[in-house]
Amino acid sequence: MIRVFFAEWRKLRRPTLFFGTMGSVMGVTALVTSLLFLLLDSARGNAREGRMITRATLEMPHGLTIGFSSSAGLLGLVALCVFAAQTAQEYTYGTLRNLLVRQPKRLTLLCGKFLAMKVFALITVIFSAIVSITLAFALSGKAKIVTTAWSTSDARSALAHTFLNVFISVIAYGTVGMILGLLFRSPITAISLGVAWLLIIENIIAATVKNSGKWMPGQLMTTIASGGDINSSYSHAFIVLIGYLAVGTIIVAIFFRRRDVSN
Amino acid sequence: MPTLAISVKDLSKKYGERMAVSHANFEVPLGTVCGFVGPNGSGKTTTMRMLLGLISPTGGSGTILGEPINHPERYLSRVGAMIEGPAFYPALSGAENLRVLATLGGFDTDQIQALLDRVGLGDRANSKYKTYSLGMKQRLGIAAALLPNPQLLMLDEPTNGLDPAGIQEIRELLKTLATEGTTVFISSHLLSEIEMISDSLVMLRKGKVIFAGKTQDLLMRQQPVIIAKCADPQDTLKLLSLGQGAGHDGSVIDGAVHILASAEWAATLNKLAFDAGITLSQLSPVLPSLEETFFEMTGDDE
Repeated sequence: MIRVFFAEWRKLRRPTLFFGTMGSVMGVTALVTSLLFLLLDSARGNAREGRMITRATLEMPHGLTIGFSSSAGLLGLVALCVFAAQTAQEYTYGTLRNLLVRQPKRLTLLCGKFLAMKVFALITVIFSAIVSITLAFALSGKAKIVTTAWSTSDARSALAHTFLNVFISVIAYGTVGMILGLLFRSPITAISLGVAWLLIIENIIAATVKNSGKWMPGQLMTTIASGGDINSSYSHAFIVLIGYLAVGTIIVAIFFRRRDVSN
Repeated sequence: MPTLAISVKDLSKKYGERMAVSHANFEVPLGTVCGFVGPNGSGKTTTMRMLLGLISPTGGSGTILGEPINHPERYLSRVGAMIEGPAFYPALSGAENLRVLATLGGFDTDQIQALLDRVGLGDRANSKYKTYSLGMKQRLGIAAALLPNPQLLMLDEPTNGLDPAGIQEIRELLKTLATEGTTVFISSHLLSEIEMISDSLVMLRKGKVIFAGKTQDLLMRQQPVIIAKCADPQDTLKLLSLGQGAGHDGSVIDGAVHILASAEWAATLNKLAFDAGITLSQLSPVLPSLEETFFEMTGDDE
């Protein structure tokens, strides 16, 4: 599997993809974190869906990481696009047949690719964390936030937890992308369906059906990134999401293993 | 040690009600060049895909280098293949594309420049694949197939998109590989190319093997023809009747007499014509070509 990992990494590290993705991730994080601090006193809210995160909240130990965790949804969408494209392009380019001739154990190929993409996602999360935390300190003065609590051990612990939760959330988004890529075998179809579901359909369902957020994958991934929220508890979100992803992964793994490669 | 590079028995693939490959039986001995021919849609690529473990047969069995085809992991490290044209990542260079495959297969990446030189792509190694011409893409596909230093090389239409010089280079390359002991299993529409390089032949028609054996044996099945042209066109029918009188079938095509007879009988015909006062302006024994044999056997005018 290690050979599959390094082969996949050669594709992921190409400058356009690597620096393009890291640039997007840093841009998205910078935007979300900046809005959080710069719109602190805005009546229209400074967080997702017009929510208000107060100065007092930001001054708490976990306040340092709120910008970072708020970026998780957009980071996740980036991961979904990368995972879906890297998987489905093997079908559209016809390169899957080359890969399978060199690595006929299909599940090994799938696991190696997934592992390489996870490492890629980890790097995006690290970049995002660095940008968000740097900006939080840089903008705290302008936002008149006392940052004493951000240097405590509680803050470091909160940072570690948030980092892990954001990473889990991003990997979950990426896994959804990979599942869609394997199912539809077309990057455009996989990405457009994934984004449409997460950004539009889920929000319509959540707005119209009471408590549906507890069962929607996109909402659950957001809940995990923020360590639990008003929609559902962290443990509920984690268990339901793992269930969804396990079922999806098993189904596509069976397809991938058995399906003829005829393109 | 197996003596056969490929052996298939009753190999079949069914899509819905259609048999893409039906009970195919053939063998390819080690160290030979075997041509794989048939009209479009006759099942060549499907057969190659089954041999590479890319699609599952619906029936039959086979072995590659002595290993069963339902365990491709046991033999694919010794097999190089290019199926249905080259397929690579457009944004990566030719060399980087090969590095991806070499890394995946556990092959030496230091050999990549030498391989690219061998297929005539050495000076474009670092150009992106998307900037390559069709012929260059084809060459890269062949280089990728050579990565494992294969015992068996399976190439599907490797000369597509190549200019005549390129075709000749690939022909020489395949001959060299065969001399070095590589078994080459090659499909091509250029039957004259196949005829020039292959020791044996597998011919498919509508998913069925209609010939499998030595190329020479196939050609021997066809009746050779002697083509003769008279200096005076008025003697044409007289010459035809001389041939028919000696017990050989014949006909007049485009003003020339075509007589079904072996090349050795040309001297006899020449003497008969001379004795009858006919001056010949052309007398040429013609051996049947693979192309003619192919059309006759497949009933296809492609």
